[in-house]
Amino acid sequence: MQSRACILAILATGVMADPASAYTAYVSNEKDNTITVVDTATMQVVKTVDVGQRPRGITISHDGKFIYLCASDDNTIQIIDTRTLQVVGTLPSGDDPELFVLSPDGKTLYVANENDNLVTAIDLDSKQVTSEIPVGVEPEGMAVSPDGKTLVNTSETTSMAHFIDTESHEVTDNVLVDTRPRFAAFKPDGSQVWVSAEIGGTVSVIDNTKRQVVKRIKFAIPGLRAETIQPVGIAISADGKKAYIALGPANHVAVINTETYEVEKYILVGQRVWHLDFTPDQKTLITTNGNSNDITFIDTATEEPVQSVTVGQQPWGVVISPK
Amino acid sequence: MTSAASGTLAGLLCFLSLTAAAPRAFAQQPTVQPAGAIKPDEKITEIKLGYLRAYAPRLTLSLLDEPPRDEGVAGANVAIGDNNTTGRFIKQKFSLDVTEIKPEADALQAFNALIDKGDRYVIADLSAKQLLSIADIARDKGVLIFNVGATDDRLREEDCRINVFHIAPTRSMLADALAQYLMVKKWPNWVLLYGSHDEDRLYADALRRSAARFGGQIVAEKEFKDTGTARRTDTGATQIQQQISVFTQDLPEHDVLLVADESEVFGSYVPYRSWTPRLVAGTAGLVASSWHPASEQWGGIQMQNRFLKTAGRRMMSKDMSAWTAVRAVGEATTRTNGDDPKKISDYIRSDDFSVAAFKGQKLTFRKWNLQLRQPILLGDATSVVSTSPQEGYLHQVSELDTLGIDQPETKCVLK
Repeated sequence: MQSRACILAILATGVMADPASAYTAYVSNEKDNTITVVDTATMQVVKTVDVGQRPRGITISHDGKFIYLCASDDNTIQIIDTRTLQVVGTLPSGDDPELFVLSPDGKTLYVANENDNLVTAIDLDSKQVTSEIPVGVEPEGMAVSPDGKTLVNTSETTSMAHFIDTESHEVTDNVLVDTRPRFAAFKPDGSQVWVSAEIGGTVSVIDNTKRQVVKRIKFAIPGLRAETIQPVGIAISADGKKAYIALGPANHVAVINTETYEVEKYILVGQRVWHLDFTPDQKTLITTNGNSNDITFIDTATEEPVQSVTVGQQPWGVVISPK
Repeated sequence: MTSAASGTLAGLLCFLSLTAAAPRAFAQQPTVQPAGAIKPDEKITEIKLGYLRAYAPRLTLSLLDEPPRDEGVAGANVAIGDNNTTGRFIKQKFSLDVTEIKPEADALQAFNALIDKGDRYVIADLSAKQLLSIADIARDKGVLIFNVGATDDRLREEDCRINVFHIAPTRSMLADALAQYLMVKKWPNWVLLYGSHDEDRLYADALRRSAARFGGQIVAEKEFKDTGTARRTDTGATQIQQQISVFTQDLPEHDVLLVADESEVFGSYVPYRSWTPRLVAGTAGLVASSWHPASEQWGGIQMQNRFLKTAGRRMMSKDMSAWTAVRAVGEATTRTNGDDPKKISDYIRSDDFSVAAFKGQKLTFRKWNLQLRQPILLGDATSVVSTSPQEGYLHQVSELDTLGIDQPETKCVLK
């Protein structure tokens, strides 16, 4: 890979990126029970931290002080202090937590419990489960509306997006999407929810008022079999104009214009690209590539991959600190 | 293939009816909220499935290969639970009636009893003969059959029916999956050892066809006659060690010993006992099947965990076929929001239908003979070795159609 040579070149000449854009990325490595801490400016691994078994879903508190991490095989969520990189506590997640989402007020963590067909709401102050909401089979994708009032969960075998009222904790609407919905993301204005369907090979755009699919986006990459295109992670830009979709074993990220729903570009990244996250300045997008054990930095201005950095075994999720 | 044998059978019941609408285990904490609360005026649609099964305990060469008592049925039950979880959101409730008959018994009476209960979808784990004895009556009564047991190609070819969907792969699909792998490995010279029962000969035929199709060379063939000698007797092991060694003596140079012994007469004894040290594949050694109890790729670990939790044992191929059959009905009733078998049949045969079964891609039916397209797993006793179709075997429609009899060769006329 030419990327590693580039890193070395950068380091050797001591050229550092603008410190204003220095953030920290945290990558969960599903197979070796670690998270990798990466400096986004130098694009260099800073530290590898031992965590619980099968770390997958990863997010960060809005103030950047704590990482929340699903240790799926330990049936718990670990809290990691970003200053010391020590595990400082756990949350009662229920069985096999895979993915979660933090409420906009930062007080509640909503967790998908894949084995129990439940969404669990955890109050972060008291570290208590406040509610368990039955959903479809194999719940996975989790998203919360910017106003915090609506929670969306996708269930993989049921193939639905469940809309949950965060006050009553009741499922109010169920929207059928394509097979094996993996991930959900609200547009920043809360008008739509985008849901990826791994086996269906599509992304469904759901109108949040009508609670109906308004657009089904399909993908086609020349030279690749249709079956290899398996959309998983979704990242929508802060201005709401572009959506980036990780296409799994197709090894590409699709860039979609959210007004026309057209795929504008396919960016080649690593193998089995799974999840992605923006740096807070929106200049960089980082993808986790599960089968090539690396992450790819994408420059959002040029929509070109800039660098790949080796992390742990089977990188799954990534979150970037707000500061 | 290993399995936790599930104990003895209440053997002599020739007509055993179990109701098996196993509810999914939900966490029953007080904090649980009713999801998508059903309003009193909303009617629940009941979707009744039957499961008709030919069963008798059978001897296997290895204790580990004894089929679990609820093989297949357990998979259907997990899928009924999955369908009901989805069904709560769309007011559908699924149930399963299980009926067992003997392997040689008349299936018609048992089938009619299921129909009288209101079942319009029947999962069939029957012999080809039994299945054909009910297929046309089922069609006239508007009943759809999902074949999870019979691998006979003829059921998808000259004996195909418009109301019979085949979830189980065919012998030709299994043999092709194996042949592709052996060719990719550049092990092209094979000796074919086959048993003396009908099904052994059919699998041997499938292997011969695969050899011709993918360029394998069957350099010699040998039949192992079932002389009715005791298997697994106290003194058997010593005899077998010699017997297999002698049986495989004087063979031309070969890479792989292919074994076709569905009847479990000698196949499992071939590995490690052959005259020359050679790999074994077929019904022993490296085995092609629709599932493997150790498959955890493509989200499979979730299926395995869910199955283990419910059934208390590992998931076998027939469990997966039955799970997929019930899920196919569930998928169609969800997407069409109805339970009319005619509409369900139309939907399953349409371009819109697909079902996900932890095999890395969507599964669809071949429209010309209603066979489920599916990747085939190749595994030994403990692990998955590979999955076919192998890379490089291309096809203009779906690479899955490189496995088994393809449309241009089909003899099926759906009626």
